[in-house]
Amino acid sequence: MRQMFVALFAGSLFGAGLAFSGMADPARVQGFLDLFGQWDPTLAFVMGGAMIPMALAWIIQKRLSRPFAAKDFSLPGTSLIDRKLTLGAILFGAGWGISGLCPGPGLADLAINPLPALAFVAALFAGMIAHRATS
Amino acid sequence: MTLSAFPHAMPLEGLIGGLMIGLAAALMLLGLGRIAGVSGLAARATGIANSGTPRSIAIAFVVGLPLGAFILSALIGGVETRFPPSIIPLIIGGLLVGFGTRLGSGCTSGHGVCGMSRLSPRSLMATAIFMASGFITVALMRAGGLL
Repeated sequence: MRQMFVALFAGSLFGAGLAFSGMADPARVQGFLDLFGQWDPTLAFVMGGAMIPMALAWIIQKRLSRPFAAKDFSLPGTSLIDRKLTLGAILFGAGWGISGLCPGPGLADLAINPLPALAFVAALFAGMIAHRATS
Repeated sequence: MTLSAFPHAMPLEGLIGGLMIGLAAALMLLGLGRIAGVSGLAARATGIANSGTPRSIAIAFVVGLPLGAFILSALIGGVETRFPPSIIPLIIGGLLVGFGTRLGSGCTSGHGVCGMSRLSPRSLMATAIFMASGFITVALMRAGGLL
């Protein structure tokens, strides 16, 4: 129960941050990717801002034997670079450019602009299911 | 605050919103011992992925995303969301983002925010590739008159 509350709070703070930073706006994200148009650097400030607490969090994490509200850390490996990673990132980047959306803003926008967000999120899950079916 | 060279940019809002996103990801890491990767958590919440973060935690995080966006939008009197005018880029983009983030094990949050701040070579590579792919895709769309 406590863990669910922490996750709900973290998700809400994440969603609020996306909305406040302009990252819930697909045209603004696409503007960052549009180097030959009216380039909008906002996304770089968002990424930079997010790096600060997370870089500190990684330093703190190394000194902790366990998280505050769970039994252990469960973290992915950092070294594997294979064809799946490369091809997945290429496809994701293409979809990101075409729509101006990645998963976080798509889900957050369900509450702000439900109809187009639902179209994206439905396709997002269909793409995930297609991956599961083919792997 | 505005940048004279880029009048449309929102550097201060971006920085503050970015800090909020980073704090949220830090809370997931230090509180629950997990990466705040939205694609993975969304797959787990829906049951598309059947291992990883406990499902109740994934669902709570994913429900929080629209909840937090809704509360913030209400507090500041609305948030701009300019979607593509047609449903076609939303469908094609959604399919590619869904398939690609599962194949590549992460998106802007997991590889971008969490992995880059960890200096993970795997995530640095993924982020460099999906950024480059995004830049090239939008450049091709512009060249083809789709923007």
